[in-house]
Amino acid sequence: MSIEWYIVLSSLLFAVGAVGILIRRSPVVILLCLELMLNAGNLALVAFSRMVGNQQGQVFALVVMVIAACEVVVGLGLIVAIFRRKLPLDVDELRELRG
Amino acid sequence: MEEVLFFLAAFGALGGAIGVVAMRNPFHSVLALIVHLFSLAVLFLLLSSAFVAAAQVVVYAGAVMVLYVFVVAYVGGGEESAWESIPGQRFLAPLLGVALFVELAIAVLASSLLALGTEGPDVKAGFGDPAAIGYLLLEKFLVPFEASSILLLLAAVGAIVLAGRKREGESA
Repeated sequence: MSIEWYIVLSSLLFAVGAVGILIRRSPVVILLCLELMLNAGNLALVAFSRMVGNQQGQVFALVVMVIAACEVVVGLGLIVAIFRRKLPLDVDELRELRG
Repeated sequence: MEEVLFFLAAFGALGGAIGVVAMRNPFHSVLALIVHLFSLAVLFLLLSSAFVAAAQVVVYAGAVMVLYVFVVAYVGGGEESAWESIPGQRFLAPLLGVALFVELAIAVLASSLLALGTEGPDVKAGFGDPAAIGYLLLEKFLVPFEASSILLLLAAVGAIVLAGRKREGESA
């Protein structure tokens, strides 16, 4: 398979994730869409690493996985904290910080 | 054979991604993301990066998704209301997504990268296996490796502080 198929697929997945962030309002689903975008970036990194014939891109992809895991842990911790305080789990209703 | 696998995995990844966005119930979104992650692992194997594929399945589809399933089960899979705070949001967002995709595709395909249209150089048998990645992590990228481990520790502590029980006498 030629490399550009992977790159096009990766940009498609990134766009789908971005649409999800724009239209969904549940914080859990927004985190899931962030995962989609990070994974699209990972696919592009691994494809480029294959294209150069060098494994360093795969190390980048592993670091991105670590970052994604951190983001998930902190994000889900926030969601649990929001839920404990009986606040609505809807990013449009959590608007106290809006100026 | 490779083409068949690629298109199967690509449809799985794309279908999973669309499922994450389109499912009303967050629990179904999590399940769709698991399909997406497994398809991506197949794509990583096709790109001869075995260790990243294994990490994808074990860490992501295994551990991270279990975390999601627990949180969704805890906060309840309530469905979103149809109320929109921004008029035309559901119409404008896909339009912006298509624009983003076209832009990214143009940016990559119109670039003068020499390897576009090729399958990349031939690689040796050990390309992307755990030994090679481990060697790179410990020899060449030791500082980023340690920094990411410290980041993981900080994230774990932060999550415990955020989600831990409220202490006595603490106001909301």
